[in-house]
Amino acid sequence: MGNQPDENGFYGSFGGAYVPEILYKCVTDLQQAYLPIIESESFKKEYHQLLKDYVGRPSPLYHARRMGEKYGCRLYLKREDLNHTGAHKINNTIGQILMARQMGKTRVIAETGAGQHGVATATVCALMGMQCEIFMGATDVERQHVNVERMRMLGATVHPVTTGNMTLSDACSQAIRDWCSHPQDTFYIVGSTMGPHPYPDIVARMQSVISEEIKWQLQEQVGRDYPDYLVACVGGGSNAAGTIYHYIEDERVGIYLAEAGGHGIDTDYTAATMHCGTEGIIHGSRTLVMQTDDGQIKEAFTISAGLDYPGIGPMHAQLARSGRTNILAINDDEAIYAGYELTRMEGVIPAIESAHAVAALAKMKFEPDDVVVLTVSGRGDKDVETFLKNKALAGEYGEF
Amino acid sequence: MNKINQLFSERHDRKLLSLYFCAGCPTLDLTGAVITTLQRRGVSMIEVGIPFSDPLADGPVIQGAGTVALRNGMTLDLLFSQLRAVKDDVRIPLVLMGYLNVIMHYGVEPFFARCVECGVSGCIIPDLPFQDYLEVVKPVADRYDIRVIMMITPETSEERIRFIDDHTDGFVYMVSSAGITGAQQSFGDAKLAYFERIDAMQLRNPRMIGFGISNRQTLESARAHAAGVIIGSKFVTLLNETGDPERAMDELFNALKQ
Repeated sequence: MGNQPDENGFYGSFGGAYVPEILYKCVTDLQQAYLPIIESESFKKEYHQLLKDYVGRPSPLYHARRMGEKYGCRLYLKREDLNHTGAHKINNTIGQILMARQMGKTRVIAETGAGQHGVATATVCALMGMQCEIFMGATDVERQHVNVERMRMLGATVHPVTTGNMTLSDACSQAIRDWCSHPQDTFYIVGSTMGPHPYPDIVARMQSVISEEIKWQLQEQVGRDYPDYLVACVGGGSNAAGTIYHYIEDERVGIYLAEAGGHGIDTDYTAATMHCGTEGIIHGSRTLVMQTDDGQIKEAFTISAGLDYPGIGPMHAQLARSGRTNILAINDDEAIYAGYELTRMEGVIPAIESAHAVAALAKMKFEPDDVVVLTVSGRGDKDVETFLKNKALAGEYGEF
Repeated sequence: MNKINQLFSERHDRKLLSLYFCAGCPTLDLTGAVITTLQRRGVSMIEVGIPFSDPLADGPVIQGAGTVALRNGMTLDLLFSQLRAVKDDVRIPLVLMGYLNVIMHYGVEPFFARCVECGVSGCIIPDLPFQDYLEVVKPVADRYDIRVIMMITPETSEERIRFIDDHTDGFVYMVSSAGITGAQQSFGDAKLAYFERIDAMQLRNPRMIGFGISNRQTLESARAHAAGVIIGSKFVTLLNETGDPERAMDELFNALKQ
């Protein structure tokens, strides 16, 4: 299968648009509008101009020699952490805010977990002078408070969500409820490859700039435009989708995605949806979901607010089922260790989400000539407290 | 004859009252008592909510009721056995209201088979796309003579309303407002214009208006334009406050006079 859904938004048997009737019009309007907008010359020109001058793209592809030597491969880091606002999320919010403006919407809402998507949304709303409301689980408001202050400074209203586990999943539900209540003037900027069709496709296309750049950057640096392996972390799936988008049909490229194991996939404290999920419906999409025998959505658990989601984008559910991607579960302690390791060996403090991807290296086997591209989806400034609090898990790097 | 069709063929006074409660809230074993009490107090139809962890179309009151019900240990299977126990005492139509994930997980075929076995006449699945309804759900529901009730909202186009009306039976659930469930103080001019617009379409199916009805003004505005009303959040709140369906009904009738 390719990287695009069918006309009803299905990737195999996953996807679709399972929304209450009140959103039917919003969703079908968007389904009809998004491709003509994205493919228009004026959109492309403005989007790419902003990515270049405002976001700072292309993001570097950096040859991480010390880490590569340790793991026995030629390791390249795709530095999404160097984007404006500190993560890959802004690639998508730039595109969606242009879409919102084109469709005449005046009010923007978004959900956020780690706060990176919230900050990226608040940023583009400031840029475009649009009203911005962010839904964020109360637990995350606390553990990612620096990002909350950034959003507020950017002019957004942050609504702490106090239902359920008070994390990303609850924030998504509350954002959808708000959308139900303001269907006419509001554009929902979804942050990951999840939600009802066409969102998974919109977000994947907006993030596909990552693999578009990897192609020519590899050509320049190693003399061929494909790696042997791609590695990324996966929560809802946006940076992973962007990293693999142009390589899905290239069978020379092995794909390894790291989901959050939490305390472990054999415990109740995990967010490893592709290991522990079964087919279900979450936030408007048919996909793999962690759920009880009675069809109730379980609460996800991980140290990483950005991966703390009991579902997975439908594209990733299908790719994993078909065997195209290899899914590794990375536990909290492994992610902490890997975050410290990258910090000490390359001078790059990754987001705790991205640290899950780094930890995947230890579980893979390489030939010395293998070219490996690992996406560092975001920077770790927001996670410094978490890293420090858990330095006991960092082995030799934690002694300071 | 399906009890829903029977109800609407017998009553044309525009005064039907349907109440919603969430099974398992405030206490696990109240289901049977709520149903028999409401029937005795003259309620025309009852919507029994299947609690769900992520109810996207519901406001804080019904979300909260679902959370309590799940914490109390309510499951779809337990709910069916509670309904089975009072089946012989129930003359009015019962409609199950729940989200697709729970029903899909139970299995569409077993779900409708149990509906029949337990005296349920219809179901409402707010996040069921119309195409899935037509292709997957309706053929099974028809075989078991269970009505699947679909919603229309102020955002639904006239063309789509006709389409929904043509492909459903029982009644059309008319959502009063753009929004989620929850009590409102009054219905303004825009809502009344919407009620009148739909009334003038002369649909094949009778309509029940729900979402936001909590007092005399909202009750009367809705009744003037439909076969009757559905009250959810207001009744759930009263049932929570009193813990007793009899007293909750007293309070509800009081509130509807104000």
